[in-house]
Amino acid sequence: MERIPILQMGEFLLVTIQVDMHDQLALTLQEDLTERISSTSARGVLIDISALDMVDSFIGRMIASISGLSRILDAETMVVGMQPAVAITLVELGLTLPGVSTALNVERGMQVLRQRVSQK
Amino acid sequence: MATLQGSTLEAIQHSQAQLREEWTASLETNGATRNIKEQVLAQETQEFLQLLVDGLRAGGGSHLAGSEWEALRRFLEKLSASRAQLGHDSHQAAFFIFALKGPLFGLLQAHYSSEPARLAEQLWLVSELLDGMGMHTIRAFQKTREEVIRRQQEELLELSTPVVKLWDGVLALPLIGTLDSQRSQTVMESLLQRIVDTGSEIAIIDITGVPTVDTLVAQHLLKTVTAIRLMGADCIISGVRPQIAQTIVHLGLDLGSLTTKASLADALKLALARLGCDISKQG
Repeated sequence: MERIPILQMGEFLLVTIQVDMHDQLALTLQEDLTERISSTSARGVLIDISALDMVDSFIGRMIASISGLSRILDAETMVVGMQPAVAITLVELGLTLPGVSTALNVERGMQVLRQRVSQK
Repeated sequence: MATLQGSTLEAIQHSQAQLREEWTASLETNGATRNIKEQVLAQETQEFLQLLVDGLRAGGGSHLAGSEWEALRRFLEKLSASRAQLGHDSHQAAFFIFALKGPLFGLLQAHYSSEPARLAEQLWLVSELLDGMGMHTIRAFQKTREEVIRRQQEELLELSTPVVKLWDGVLALPLIGTLDSQRSQTVMESLLQRIVDTGSEIAIIDITGVPTVDTLVAQHLLKTVTAIRLMGADCIISGVRPQIAQTIVHLGLDLGSLTTKASLADALKLALARLGCDISKQG
């Protein structure tokens, strides 16, 4: 079964979504990520969705729920590199992802993540 | 039902040259040949008469909708498109057809001089056919013009949404004119694309030139701002005039998640502060 790799970088976890997301893949990612956060006691999660050019309401909700559950496990979540078309679709679907932090690219996202974690 | 007689067709075929001469003269006296080269006109009249004869020979009736008139219809569409591009009005385009009536009726009158009943019948049918062609020309002409208008509208839409770079990492979008759904969509798309292209972190939307802000406009603004936030950039709305601020409050619109500033200068100052830039006067 295909999985989305979760890379560990120090106290952060890096997830880059390079393939088309389908519902099962999203659910697997959610499970894997929670496992990894608790096993590595990561302080931050960075999800790069710059290669994702299509979303539906399910994937949108999944992004929101990943962010929510990482917060419960005390890890900051950053969604980076969202494409314009994806952003417009999510807004049109009414999914404004209120609790999710965003950044333009991985570099900026990592910078903000480091700042936030060091502030804690 | 009365049909176009074979002898009518023959008459037209025989005196094609004379018809064309009279027709061209009639077109010229009425100014329907403005800006058209003599050669082109000659070619057009010849092609039209040829198609008319072909259509009649194929058994085309007085109704232009029949399949026999397919080629002629296409010719008329092309003709009116070229007239629209030359800047002629619909009257001049349709006159290309109507100017043929005089010479053609004269021809039929001479041909059927001994049979008045037949003459009336044939005249009626030819007249109906020509009227149909005229109407078709006008309709095609209008379609071309509408096409031109639509294209210009689109160009205007593109032109009216320039995204300018104010500073490294700061984009500005001065909005001018009413913000409707279609326009806000274009605005949103071009702004988001520019944010990705330039990697800018702050976008300023200046609404000084927007005459009124109602619930719909506010909703469009909110959507744009949310999309910008989702991409990881920040958005500041500037140029909120006092009357607009009053309207927004009176309408009870919730712009809670928006950063608003009174002027573009204030917004730029805030953007620079967020980027960590410090500006001070020398000396």
